[in-house]
Amino acid sequence: MSISKTYLSEIRERAERAKEKKALFGPDIDLSLYSQFIERGRIESLEGLSRQAKEAAIMAGIDIKEEARSGSYLQVDHSVVYERLNRIYEGKLEIMSTTEALTKYDWLEDYYWKAVSVEHDKYTAQAELNMTHGYFIRVLPHQKPEYPVQACLLVAENHVSQNVHNIIIVEEGAELQVITGCTLSKKDAEGIHIGVSEFYVKKGGKLNFTMIHNWADNFHVRPRTAVVVEEDGMFVNNYALLKSVKSIQAFPVAYLKGDRSSAKFNTVVYGLKDSYIDLGSRIVLEGEDTRGEATARVIAADESVIYSRGDLIAKTEGYCLAHLDCRGILFSDNGKIYAIPQLVSDGAIKAELSHEASIGPIAEEQVEYLMSRGISKDDAVSVITSGFLNLDIPYLPQTIDRSIKEVIKATAKEAL
Amino acid sequence: MQEMLKVQDIWVSIENKQILKGVNLSMNYGEINVLFGPNGAGKTTFMMALMGFPRYKIEQGKIFFKGEDITDKDLYERARLGLGISFQRPPTVKGVTLRRIIEIITNGGADKEGISENIKKLNLSEHLDRGLNDGFSGGEMKRSELLQLMVQRPDLVFIDEPESGVDIENIALVGEAINSLLGKDRVKDPKRSALIITHTGYILDFVNADKGYIIIDGSLICGGNPRDILSEIKRNGYRRCAVCQ
Repeated sequence: MSISKTYLSEIRERAERAKEKKALFGPDIDLSLYSQFIERGRIESLEGLSRQAKEAAIMAGIDIKEEARSGSYLQVDHSVVYERLNRIYEGKLEIMSTTEALTKYDWLEDYYWKAVSVEHDKYTAQAELNMTHGYFIRVLPHQKPEYPVQACLLVAENHVSQNVHNIIIVEEGAELQVITGCTLSKKDAEGIHIGVSEFYVKKGGKLNFTMIHNWADNFHVRPRTAVVVEEDGMFVNNYALLKSVKSIQAFPVAYLKGDRSSAKFNTVVYGLKDSYIDLGSRIVLEGEDTRGEATARVIAADESVIYSRGDLIAKTEGYCLAHLDCRGILFSDNGKIYAIPQLVSDGAIKAELSHEASIGPIAEEQVEYLMSRGISKDDAVSVITSGFLNLDIPYLPQTIDRSIKEVIKATAKEAL
Repeated sequence: MQEMLKVQDIWVSIENKQILKGVNLSMNYGEINVLFGPNGAGKTTFMMALMGFPRYKIEQGKIFFKGEDITDKDLYERARLGLGISFQRPPTVKGVTLRRIIEIITNGGADKEGISENIKKLNLSEHLDRGLNDGFSGGEMKRSELLQLMVQRPDLVFIDEPESGVDIENIALVGEAINSLLGKDRVKDPKRSALIITHTGYILDFVNADKGYIIIDGSLICGGNPRDILSEIKRNGYRRCAVCQ
């Protein structure tokens, strides 16, 4: 049974009211520039993608052969072109578009726009008023699929606003890994990707979520993510942005509602060309004995500008512990990094919140140390830079690792 | 015996401050030399300048290694030619693991036979996936340095104060590792040469050194049997060395 019409119309009304509301951070985007609607036909397997689309998907972490994946979801522009669930997980794991899930489950009303507010800004409003699918992934209670589910949101055309709404539900005692790749197959495409993501980790559940963003020079990105974690639940978020982007602004938030729940954000950003990057992570500690950790490693090369934000907000009367670690390296004298950590204790008298933020060059003594082992200066800088970014994300194709190393090698020369 | 290293009248400054004032030294293949000297005399500067660290500026003089003039060679080029160094206090490199550096030096992996044996011997198995020197104790740092040198296989090794920051228990392990690195436990294979800086002389209980030298105020003032020199220093400090010239 589908979600109630009353709820949907109420949501629409709220979206209508917010459709001109500018975001707090990041340059304002004129959404009327991106009004193309592109529909695509279904494909039988990921091998059926065009060469460019396949390459883009691989570079965004997608395993085309699906050998080490529990299931796949692929969306190109405004159409869902592929969904597949590994048979052994039938009845244990669900993968479909959010649009389909909304027609199937009336209980989705308890999740749809419940973690992210539809009137947050014009981008959330756009995602509701002009929604173009997004994925719905749900792992049933106590199920623990061995391999990750992969989702790819790909833009292949110009002047597109891809407005997806993703929902992940990890039911009680279940565990799930998800790799999401958001990318472009048309490198000079102008457009915007708006991704609303609402994740729910139930009691004792675990969600390990990895997102690779591969955009290009003329593309804007506005993700809006919120995660609700119940007692003893655990959420891990790995995020990597390693290619240029016109502008991206996101500030995902994890609400640790349940006692003993935890959240960990690992963010890796490599700013290239004249990218405008404003990214952060926020952890709200509401339950007792909750734990939060947010780590960001950013490098600004070329003329890129990076805002690296982090908020830890404690609201529990009980004990909680959270740490923020934000480090930046500037590779170019035309680049800019702002590290903005913020700790808030809101009546949380037992909360222990801490942060360390630093911006500095690669230490020369580290480079020389490696050189004394016979490693050339360029290689030493690359090795240290790769180590600084520390992209140790399981199940990512090796091509990504190789490509990152190439980018580092090409830009790291400016570092010293 | 053939000459491996020849240092001719080198003058070295750091940030325009003259540290070494015309040092000469000759070392043969397979020879182990020990450098003594008070704090600030120029021992580490001498080693770092020979290794080619850019901060240590050679104002004058020449360095020949295996017959080749390396005075103007870059740090990593000297390392590739066969010079190696064990730091007194190596820097921490958080993101680069000990395993990674071994892989790079060996162009392969830490799992190769021989290498994994040394890792076990040096008690470093649990340190392989940690950042270089990140939270390592004094002894762990020295063992990690020696492991890296074992895989790098230099012909001439500079070892800066191997006993500093190492507890009594670990000194024997470090001493044995140095002997193993230098090939003193082998009969046939070519042996490595070493120049060792020591303050305490403890390392002489483990390493059979050939010659000792004293540096005072940037000059190499005397050479001789390392044990005799150490006994003299222990008896009278460096005061007599400074005047016996």
